[in-house]
Amino acid sequence: MSETSDTVVPRASVFAGLRLTWTAMIAGSILLFWLVLALFGPWIAPHGEAEIISGQTFAPLGEGGLLGTDKLGRDVLSRLIYGVRTTLLLALVTTVVSFAFGVTLGFAAAILKGWFDIVVSRIVEAFMAFPSTLLALVIIGAFGTSITVLVLTVGLVLSTSVFRVSRALGYDIGVMDFVEAARARGEGTWWILTREILPNCMAPLIAEFGLRFTFSILFLSGLSFLGLGIQEPAADWGLMVQENVGGLFLGSSAALIPAACIASLTVSMNLLVDWFQQRQQGETVLEKIDQ
Amino acid sequence: MLRIISTRLAQGLLTLLLASIIIFSATEILPGDVAEAILGQSRTEEALAALREEMGLNRPAIVRYFDWLGGMVQGDLGTSLATKRPVADMIENRMWNTLRLALLAAAISVPLSVALGLWSAMRAGGRVDKTLAMTTLALIAVPEFFIGLILMKVFAVELRWFSATANTRPYFDFSENFRALALPVATLSFAVLAHMMRMTRSSVINIFTSPYMEMAALKGLPKRRLVVRHALPNALSPILTVIALNLSYMVSGVIIVETIFGVPGLTRLLVDGVTLRDIPLIQACAMIFGAVYILLNLLADILSIMANPRLRYPK
Amino acid sequence: MNDIITIKNLKIEGRPPGGEYVSIVKDLSLNVRKGEVLALIGESGSGKSTISLAAMGFARPGCRIAGGEVWLNGRNIMALSPRERHALRGDEVSYVAQSAAASFNPALRIGKQVIEAPLWHGVGDAAALTATTVELYRKLDLPNPETVGQKFPHQVSGGQLQRLMAAMAMSCGPDLLILDEPTTALDVTTQIEVLKAFKDIIRDQGTAAIYVTHDLAVVAQVADRILVLKNGEMVEEGSTDQILHNPQHEYTRTLMAAVRPAPHLVDHVRASAAQATVVSVRNVTAGYGALTILSDVSVDVRAASVVGVIGESGCGKSTLARVVAGLTPLRAGKIMLDGQVAAPNLNDRPRAALKDCQIVFQMADTALNPRQRINDILGRPLEFYQGLKGSARADRVGDLLELVDLPRNFASRYPGELSGGQKQRINLARALAADPKVILCDEVTSALDTVVAAGVIELLKSLKDKLGVAYMFISHDLSTVASFADEVVVLYAGRVVEQGPSKAVFSPPFHPYTKLLLSSVPEMRQGWLEGVADTSEAKAASAGSVVIGAKGCPFSNRCALAIVGTCEKTAPPIRELPGRLQIACHLPAAQLPLT
Repeated sequence: MSETSDTVVPRASVFAGLRLTWTAMIAGSILLFWLVLALFGPWIAPHGEAEIISGQTFAPLGEGGLLGTDKLGRDVLSRLIYGVRTTLLLALVTTVVSFAFGVTLGFAAAILKGWFDIVVSRIVEAFMAFPSTLLALVIIGAFGTSITVLVLTVGLVLSTSVFRVSRALGYDIGVMDFVEAARARGEGTWWILTREILPNCMAPLIAEFGLRFTFSILFLSGLSFLGLGIQEPAADWGLMVQENVGGLFLGSSAALIPAACIASLTVSMNLLVDWFQQRQQGETVLEKIDQ
Repeated sequence: MLRIISTRLAQGLLTLLLASIIIFSATEILPGDVAEAILGQSRTEEALAALREEMGLNRPAIVRYFDWLGGMVQGDLGTSLATKRPVADMIENRMWNTLRLALLAAAISVPLSVALGLWSAMRAGGRVDKTLAMTTLALIAVPEFFIGLILMKVFAVELRWFSATANTRPYFDFSENFRALALPVATLSFAVLAHMMRMTRSSVINIFTSPYMEMAALKGLPKRRLVVRHALPNALSPILTVIALNLSYMVSGVIIVETIFGVPGLTRLLVDGVTLRDIPLIQACAMIFGAVYILLNLLADILSIMANPRLRYPK
Repeated sequence: MNDIITIKNLKIEGRPPGGEYVSIVKDLSLNVRKGEVLALIGESGSGKSTISLAAMGFARPGCRIAGGEVWLNGRNIMALSPRERHALRGDEVSYVAQSAAASFNPALRIGKQVIEAPLWHGVGDAAALTATTVELYRKLDLPNPETVGQKFPHQVSGGQLQRLMAAMAMSCGPDLLILDEPTTALDVTTQIEVLKAFKDIIRDQGTAAIYVTHDLAVVAQVADRILVLKNGEMVEEGSTDQILHNPQHEYTRTLMAAVRPAPHLVDHVRASAAQATVVSVRNVTAGYGALTILSDVSVDVRAASVVGVIGESGCGKSTLARVVAGLTPLRAGKIMLDGQVAAPNLNDRPRAALKDCQIVFQMADTALNPRQRINDILGRPLEFYQGLKGSARADRVGDLLELVDLPRNFASRYPGELSGGQKQRINLARALAADPKVILCDEVTSALDTVVAAGVIELLKSLKDKLGVAYMFISHDLSTVASFADEVVVLYAGRVVEQGPSKAVFSPPFHPYTKLLLSSVPEMRQGWLEGVADTSEAKAASAGSVVIGAKGCPFSNRCALAIVGTCEKTAPPIRELPGRLQIACHLPAAQLPLT
């Protein structure tokens, strides 16, 4: 070979350490902490989920329970520990539902194209013509509040965004030359989807999953806060905020603690996704002017 | 260009129509019907049949849909099941409260977020940019009610600077109005500020990678001119889209804010409607919000089309 | 010392996303005197562009100037503050980029952008500057010099935009002009007018210039001195005459050797007409949506032969390959593979037909799935077409790698771990894995450096001899096609204007477009540009631009010999000439251009 000037790119060092930033590390630890609580909560919690432990309602921190009591005199700490399981599990199921809808339809639209793509895209567009909360409210208004309705509704609402992302990914990668090469070879749709397209979509799809998961926690807790989500006596963080808002004026932090917990969960998730996407935007032209 | 705009207008109308179909079918088809909802637990078969007859529920869904749509177009929003009052009257009282909240929040958050976004983009990679990036990333993930409750706890309960209820009265002077509205408007602005700012920044940064930005930089122009004269006109379209998206996203923010601060607004009405399953009320509110959303997006698109020289001056 | 610029011991480092800084330019020095044009030549990755920008004290995002001095007009600009240094850009030094289409801000009027730099640097007021630029437009031979400044970039053609960018760079009256591959993105027939305009304006204003290019023939036209670069280091420097005719360094000689002689000087392959036809394209019309790209195209490829398809960007040559492969359905006509009519859509073709006709795409970077190992990329067609599995498959993958001159152990690598030339070989090996009768090569060497491309062409030749495979070789590079193809098809605006055996196509009589194409290929001879730019056909060609879907002859608006009233109205007849040559032209055979 006379390729004197043909330089070889060195092996990409993707796995040469995860290059964890300190923010990613903290966010990861917080998530891990909540996950452990969700798994072993019932064995850790000092009291039962709906057990009334004190005659004093809205007891301050340290009195009654470690974190005080709520509007019925239940232990805030115990409800918090039980709540993490409900919150996480529900968000997870919802996100999975939205991915099942969104990814399937999105890739099908990108690969089959034609009338299928047009019809599905139009319908999704019409769904997206509503603010997502509004759409969920209308559906819940019609079907009532039950866990199934909640999961399916929020899953459906979130799936519009997943659909758009997967369809765009499918289209972008579907026109790459290596997919064309597979088509020219005579490969079937299934092969092209699973072997050529999907492996090249994993990173953005994982990031999207993280974002949807965050959003689904926010969405569900927002509905709970409005009294349209999980119903009592189950412990859910959003619901706990709603139950105890009144205590705010009595100096109780029973509403603020679960709200802060939700924030810790979603902020950590967001930071982790941001780290994963490694959107370390390169330098810009403007920076170079200053050098 | 006029043709593109009129096509876009027609698309907007079509989406509105599709939206009305979705609203109607979501609220009318399952489970049971309005008659069951009205009579609730105490229903008898005879009473149901009579009510159905009275309300015209025996007619086919498609007829009822067009009936309903026709009413909507003429401003007849139906009669509330819960209060037996015309929905239009109920909404009229509340609309102004919601609109005022949203407009005030938009007037604060839009210029602020675009300015911060541009500033951040100009300092890309610098300390200002990194701090803002981290703050907004966290802010996006915080639930609106958390922001609202914290603001309320600090400024209304502890410091007592502002009012915890956003109830304004016609006889309020400016400072009283300010005390009442400061917290809900601030909460609402926070809810959309971070997202708008990040998107403004990334739209502008995206433009920075194009060769014409390098060309402009190599002309020795200062940064401010590069950003304002060269990058901004090209980033206008994505920024407009993001603004429209966030203004309509405010709807969900408004719902929370009205609940926390007890504002007697339109979204509160909707939530009550959902709790009481007051179908005509839900339909009317949903259509109003849907229309606003579609209108905002339409506006953003038309402005982007008008700002694009390729469409303004064809070859 | 009347040096405008002197660079001493320049060091530049670059950082891949997320990686560490590595050295790109090591200890480079150069100088340019007033009125002199210095060419920086080298292959991709030689750092030539980076160095030229460093003359403005500028490093692209991801790069940094790590050391050295840059003396501009007698002061070291690296010792200035960033602000002072930035103030010199667009005042004392200005820059012409590769693509004008991308370098003009689409949202601003051209005139505003042209006078922006001098206006900002306080050279004059807007009215005076506009008046000066109109003069500049006139000198650059731009049509409508008074009004062109009012237009937006998208309203002006590519060649004109490139000249407007020269006006933009010259408007501030710079002492030093940096031209970074300013004609590379243009078609050869457009390149001449732009090159001529650049050269004249530099001479006229007496500006010193740094001209960056990979094209030695272009360098021969514009440069006074040449600096040859390799991997960020200077290999050789000398006068244009000395470098072109008496290169001292081994690497310079390699570069010179890889340049192919002009098409008519090549020893042509002798076509043998006896072989069976493997691909036959009959009166095919095809396009996308409302756009018709190909109209009434007929081409034959015989077994173990090479048919070269040449034409400029947008002429439909890639679409032709896609139509044959069944990727783009045709609208009229038919495709015959191995004597059988092939279905227009590849989903309807039997696997054996797919196997016989393989396509190789231009960009090896995107043609290979980055998530598959070479073993899977080459193994899949073996399994798919021949049912090979396990060790039989692995052995055959190894054989294929050896066939394209790559080591067997490459099977375990990912495409990202290979060089551009190696990837293109894998791309080719994947087509060979099917054991096809014909391979459609779509610009397979265009993205490669000349030396690497020459290696790939040699490989293609040896494979043809070894395996008896035929190629439809699509390229815009006439010299490559001339040296390699048995038969040649010339496409213009989606129609065949001339076809026949290579020797016949590249020797007279010519179709007027073929003649323009041939005379536009830059030659290493100094002074070639002046000779060719003044010819009547070059002037006629620069007057119009390509029109797709014309009623009559598509070339009539750019043809010096067009018969007014006939050519633009009726489609030309196909003239059968001796030696199986076909020319689609209204001119009688005797009046076709001979030189």
